[in-house]
Amino acid sequence: MSVSSVPVESAGAIQAAGASAARRQELLRQLARSKLFWVGATILLFWIVCAIFGSLIAPDSPLAQNLEAINQAPSGSHLFGTDALGRDMLSRVIVGSRDILIVAPLATLLGTVAGTAIGLVMGYFRGLVDEILSRFVEAFLALPLVVTGVLAVVALGHSNVTLILVIGVVFTPLIARTVRAAVLQERELDYVAAARLRGEGAPYVMFVEILPNVLPPILVEFTVRLGYAIFTVAALSFLNLGIQPPASDWGLEISQNYGQVAAGYWWEVLFDALAIASLIVGVNLVSDAVEGVLER
Amino acid sequence: MLRFVLKRVALALLTLWILSVIVFLAAQVLPGDPGRSILGNLAAPSAVRTLDHQLGVDKPVLTQYWTWISHFVQGHPGTSYQYQSAIGPMLTGALGRSLKLAALAFIIVVPLGIFGGVLAALNVGRPLDRLISTVGLSATTVPEFVSGIILILVFGIGLSVLPISATAPPGSGFFTQLKYLIMPAVPLTLILFGYISRMARAGTAEALESDYARTATLKGLPRGVMIRRHVLRNSLLPTITVVATQTGYLIGGLVIVETLFRYQGIGSLVYTAATHKDFPMLEAGVLTIGIVYMVATLLADIMFALLNPRIRLRAAE
Amino acid sequence: MSALAGLESPEGETPASGDALRVDGLDVAYRVRGRHLTVLRGVSFQIARGESFGLVGESGSGKSTVALAVVRYLARNGRVSGGRIAVDGSDVLGLDREELRRLRASTVSMVYQEPGKALNPTIRVGRQVAEVFEIAGVERRQALERAEQMLAKVRISDPAAVMRRYPHQLSGGMLQRAVIAMAVAAEPSLLILDEPTTALDATVEAEVLDLIASLRQELGTSLLFISHNLAVIRRMCDRVGVLYAGEMVEEGSAQQVFSDPRHPYTVGLLRCIPRREATKSRARLDTIPGFLPRPGELPPACIFAPRCGLAQERCRTEPPPMYDVGPGRGARCHFHDQAQALPRTPEAAAGDEPDPAQNGHRRGQPLIQATSVSKTFSLDGQTIQALERVSMKVRTGETLGLVGESGSGKTTLARVLLGLTAPDAGAELILDGQQLPPVSSKRSQAQHKALQIVFQNPDSALNRRHTVRRLLSRTLVKLGGYRGQEVMRRLLGLISSVRLSEDQLPMRPAQLSGGLKQRVAIARAFAGDPRLVVCDEPTSALDVSVQAAILNLLGDLQRRENVAYVFISHDLGVVHYLSDRIAVLYLGRIMETGSADRVFSGPHHPYTEALLSAVPSLEDAPRERIRLEGEIPSAADPPSGCVFHTRCPRKLGAICETTEPPLEESESGHAMSCHIPLTDLRRMQNE
Repeated sequence: MSVSSVPVESAGAIQAAGASAARRQELLRQLARSKLFWVGATILLFWIVCAIFGSLIAPDSPLAQNLEAINQAPSGSHLFGTDALGRDMLSRVIVGSRDILIVAPLATLLGTVAGTAIGLVMGYFRGLVDEILSRFVEAFLALPLVVTGVLAVVALGHSNVTLILVIGVVFTPLIARTVRAAVLQERELDYVAAARLRGEGAPYVMFVEILPNVLPPILVEFTVRLGYAIFTVAALSFLNLGIQPPASDWGLEISQNYGQVAAGYWWEVLFDALAIASLIVGVNLVSDAVEGVLER
Repeated sequence: MLRFVLKRVALALLTLWILSVIVFLAAQVLPGDPGRSILGNLAAPSAVRTLDHQLGVDKPVLTQYWTWISHFVQGHPGTSYQYQSAIGPMLTGALGRSLKLAALAFIIVVPLGIFGGVLAALNVGRPLDRLISTVGLSATTVPEFVSGIILILVFGIGLSVLPISATAPPGSGFFTQLKYLIMPAVPLTLILFGYISRMARAGTAEALESDYARTATLKGLPRGVMIRRHVLRNSLLPTITVVATQTGYLIGGLVIVETLFRYQGIGSLVYTAATHKDFPMLEAGVLTIGIVYMVATLLADIMFALLNPRIRLRAAE
Repeated sequence: MSALAGLESPEGETPASGDALRVDGLDVAYRVRGRHLTVLRGVSFQIARGESFGLVGESGSGKSTVALAVVRYLARNGRVSGGRIAVDGSDVLGLDREELRRLRASTVSMVYQEPGKALNPTIRVGRQVAEVFEIAGVERRQALERAEQMLAKVRISDPAAVMRRYPHQLSGGMLQRAVIAMAVAAEPSLLILDEPTTALDATVEAEVLDLIASLRQELGTSLLFISHNLAVIRRMCDRVGVLYAGEMVEEGSAQQVFSDPRHPYTVGLLRCIPRREATKSRARLDTIPGFLPRPGELPPACIFAPRCGLAQERCRTEPPPMYDVGPGRGARCHFHDQAQALPRTPEAAAGDEPDPAQNGHRRGQPLIQATSVSKTFSLDGQTIQALERVSMKVRTGETLGLVGESGSGKTTLARVLLGLTAPDAGAELILDGQQLPPVSSKRSQAQHKALQIVFQNPDSALNRRHTVRRLLSRTLVKLGGYRGQEVMRRLLGLISSVRLSEDQLPMRPAQLSGGLKQRVAIARAFAGDPRLVVCDEPTSALDVSVQAAILNLLGDLQRRENVAYVFISHDLGVVHYLSDRIAVLYLGRIMETGSADRVFSGPHHPYTEALLSAVPSLEDAPRERIRLEGEIPSAADPPSGCVFHTRCPRKLGAICETTEPPLEESESGHAMSCHIPLTDLRRMQNE
């Protein structure tokens, strides 16, 4: 240690200090201390288990029709009742978690990566590049989701890949906007000037210098968007633009069975609705906890 | 101020132009022949060709775009393939219905969301704050059709107190219409509550931590006056922007609620047009939604500038 | 608790109502991540009616916490865990909400550092001042009238106009006056000022300090004046308390404490400040070795012992009480009678190495030369003239000090040299006899290598996600051109030359203190063996004891590497210490330039004269002051003729308003832009 230096730290500075590994640990520890995080993580874990081992857990095959037991109310043999084809609703709800849990994270990832790249470019170069890209971002934001969805389905056909692309494209401008704002603040800092004075090129400055510093807001954005992605997958399936029958999917099932509700077969939509709601609440609890820890 | 507004208008027009190109090109790229989709699979190829010629879709793309956009700007959005009738009246009718629904949702949610957000901020870190934040965020991301269905199950079917369709009989009075619209408005309210309360909370919490709030407190102002006069005015500025931006988003996103409650709004109109490859209708609808979105954003910007002396006065100088 | 507790009040145990503020054994703790960190321990002092008490200490000493505890406005995680606070005889900690509000409304008020943030941005200034009267029950219209009178009282020249302004339309000095008007409007018995002039320019600071002093005379208000700046405290306060790591280590009359300090910390602190006569070639500055203890990791007995050159066994085992060292004086040191025998820090012993370059380089070719540099920015349709035909040159191994207040263009000039800001057409930059492209992206790697910078704020200058190793080795590779093993070897040499240790290589900036961070930034600037380093206020974010160490380091490096500096600072003492030549800027124009000794000794340009006389001094007799009137004009609309004429105390007459004086060389190497002949200036300034 140097003898001639006198580091002085106030209570506030101490909060910021700490080795990076230790800091990461500390963040995790704070996360672990939040009860709501655990509630959310448990819900999320439950559905992930269902998505992976669904067919093993489900009491029946989700596709097995039993025309002798159609539209049965919940009972001992069918806890969640059966649908119009006599399929076991409990099994369908359990297995229904699979596609949505594949599509939503991948779509969010796609949107985050693309949005981050575009946002970095907009924020770093500013000026004309930013103005032009901003117009496109705004234009895409004004484009209703269903329109993008329908156009994509018509052009590419029904598939999970289409779904991922649609949601990715819809999320890209939103995430780009967030990243751009963060980069605009960051690029004013002197370390960016210092990099330019070393003769670093724009890609190096953007990706090696600035990107690591804007990761926290991107991570928060990712977790928040994940909730919306689930929402959107369900909504597109509900509009018949997403996952296709006979696969089991919550949104799709609601849209197919929704006509039966008036006849009193409430169980054919209620459990799917609750499944969607619980998954989203779970993701949000986790994302809220992550945000709380990162922004402190 | 005028310069500021003019600049914003110019940018909005530019964005709309890009939007029109995007939707026009998207419609061009899609497989499917308008003549064929109108006449059906059994029609003779020559008949399809004749119709295509009549519709003008065999002309070069640029010409088609010019014809379409110049007519649209003059208030003639064209004729629907699917309904074989003028788009204009259908579109304005649908837009009116959607705006009515959106307005109701806003009247409910704006005060509620701001109240919730401010309440949460005044109790930062306490259970009430956590509750409002979590409930808000979850409500925002639970799809409208999920909350809508639960509402229908409870109020429409279980208790039978509200109609499950949003369309009131023609000629019904204000309160009857309200009764029909209230249930569809609630899912929208839930969606928006999270956004608005979150913004209001963040803005208020920041203002409460500010030096000027400290100045006001140390001046000896009673807490209530301090919050009303010094905190809220600053904290609600960004919230207003969010609220207005959401108007545009909402209009485009109404489709699910409109489908669920069988309501002929602009969302379902565009959705039907898209699924039926009714391109004139689709293009006109998307552009109309875009205009609503831009107008709402513009109003938000102007309102923000008016309430913020820093922008208002700088622009005036 | 304190041996001093009874000293100031001869009545002894009689009610404390004689004191405007009485703090007894105050303990304050913050809860940080589930741990309670005590930031104030047993702080006691009292302020008599009409008295002005100064609290000095470096950052982290807890001085602001004292102020916030007095008005009961601690952060949510802070708590008074012991002691008593009485304002005007009423026990602050025992008040209920309404009583507390009344106390704040009528008895105590506070002014703090950033006037721009202290006022509500969406409410007109007049309304905000009037509020104070409304709280007291004055009807609205009348409150506004009284507010306007208040603004006149704080010497705002056009109060009616200022009433209608929003905060963002006023300058910092004007805002701070408005805040002060608000604070004294209710005629409080205690006014707390927490670094009230730290964010202001020197000439504005001088005016605001004058204002505070005269208001105090007029209203008889007691002051609690908090500052890190010893000279400001010296000028403003009757008595002073020195706070170190949450404890009061010395207390007494300001005159005595500063001339005859009895605690080694006070002694060390006073020695760190560069005095007028100190320059890099004459002596290194004293420093205080070691580190401020972190709250929660305090030494067992005397908290200063680990850093104290006088510490003995007793200091590590027996906590020193506040010794009574004279009437109204106390020092928390077992060896208070020997405090001034505190050994000089070893490295400050003498100008160690000879200075071979000192004579050789002077006559050489200029290293860098800038000719006719102008820079106009356009902002919201306004054009701002940041630099107006400025020419300057720097020779190898010398330091050019750039002096001026905010808006003078000194940072813009530095950024132009570096290529971070492109100058207007017509400017010419020459490095080593070769044309230098105006923007950094067009410059060669060799040119990048030659010109480097140390920024003001290391938190902004160092990428917080990168380790020290990465920060430095990337620069060694990019600018030094080193590869492989060589990088590591050079890295070790580099960190030892800025006195960092190898342990710090894997750390990220957040783990380092401000001083260490600035060392990393300096190391980075020197990694590619630069010819010229721009130092943009490199010590203004640091405490004085850290500043001294950084200034020593910069001096050492310059001697060893024969590097040139462009040194920017608002602190004239610091500039004088490190500079060979000085250029004084005002509104983007050079007012005066010459050798440092010459510029400081005079005769000065009237602006330089005003700058020099604005700086409060630690020495006893306050010099004759000249004060600048009015605001620094906007660079968007500079005055005609001599840009300084609107504030110049020595204005000649019409010629100053119509004709811009040329920058004329009066004698070798000394040039001034003033219509007044040098002989007249000399006569005026010697009067």
